[in-house]
Amino acid sequence: MLQETWPWYISGPAIALIMATLILLGKRFGMSSNLDTLCSLGGAGKWVDHFKRDTAPDRWNLLVVLGSVIGGFVAARWLAPNPAVDLAPDTVESLRELGFQSAGKAYLPTELYGLEALGDPVVWALLLLGGFLVGFGARYAGGCTSGHAISGLSNLQLPSLIAVIGFFIGGLIMVHLLFPLIFPL
Amino acid sequence: MKNLLYTIMGGLLGVVLYKSEAASWFRIYEMFRFDAFHMYGIIGSALGLGIILVQAIKSSRTKSIFGDTIILSTHKMSFSRYMLGGILFGLGWALAGACPGPIYILIGAGHGSMLVVLLGALLGAFAYGAFRKRLPH
Repeated sequence: MLQETWPWYISGPAIALIMATLILLGKRFGMSSNLDTLCSLGGAGKWVDHFKRDTAPDRWNLLVVLGSVIGGFVAARWLAPNPAVDLAPDTVESLRELGFQSAGKAYLPTELYGLEALGDPVVWALLLLGGFLVGFGARYAGGCTSGHAISGLSNLQLPSLIAVIGFFIGGLIMVHLLFPLIFPL
Repeated sequence: MKNLLYTIMGGLLGVVLYKSEAASWFRIYEMFRFDAFHMYGIIGSALGLGIILVQAIKSSRTKSIFGDTIILSTHKMSFSRYMLGGILFGLGWALAGACPGPIYILIGAGHGSMLVVLLGALLGAFAYGAFRKRLPH
């Protein structure tokens, strides 16, 4: 049971309980503000005043990050004998058309995330661009999936609803309009 | 003690997001194509229970387990900031197939290429810090 894909009705409530526990610990559930903390610790304050600040009050979020790295390791090492994602047949078909032969056979597409794929500079550019948009967009919007879609909406915040609508507009543009231009590589 | 609790919360999050496949690029793609209920079930049920728990914490004026008053973070109202930032984030979420939490989780799971995505995310956060005064908020 633990080794199979965890169903949504276990995973979703578990995420809500993790959020509530962090609130009861006096903190919040948000996984993108640590990017600012890491920039500050990395010396970004030398160039940009925004990062010139005392990071001590934010260090706790780096421990959540450390924990999630460990959690990913534990899950992949001991709880996932078969990490292939069982996708909807329509999804697999459309991915094959985009050149993703690994659809339905892996956890991440080997065409983008396999180490051999790093031989292609286009893959580097796409991974860097994807990460850049995630980091820039999350800080601009003041939160990501955890901070806005889960925490903010749980607290019935209108700004979070606007942000989540934005997340979906962006995601739909990427998948439906841009993917056919980018892939197959 | 506190530090251990934060780390454990991160650890549980890592296991749940990995095992639910919310950290899989494929699941994000499937979600944006509306081909399966899985991701909507995760977000929807997290939100359903989340609303109940947050409202209960607010109305009962519960203190944190360390005895402090709980202050829930709120955002100053604006449209352009959340919409524009949200759209940029969504473009990246679909392309990289990972939001910030899963980036760290997948690094732990041994996907070395995720370090390139993390580098991009740090550069993005840095760029926002550098240009924020010139962006509509």
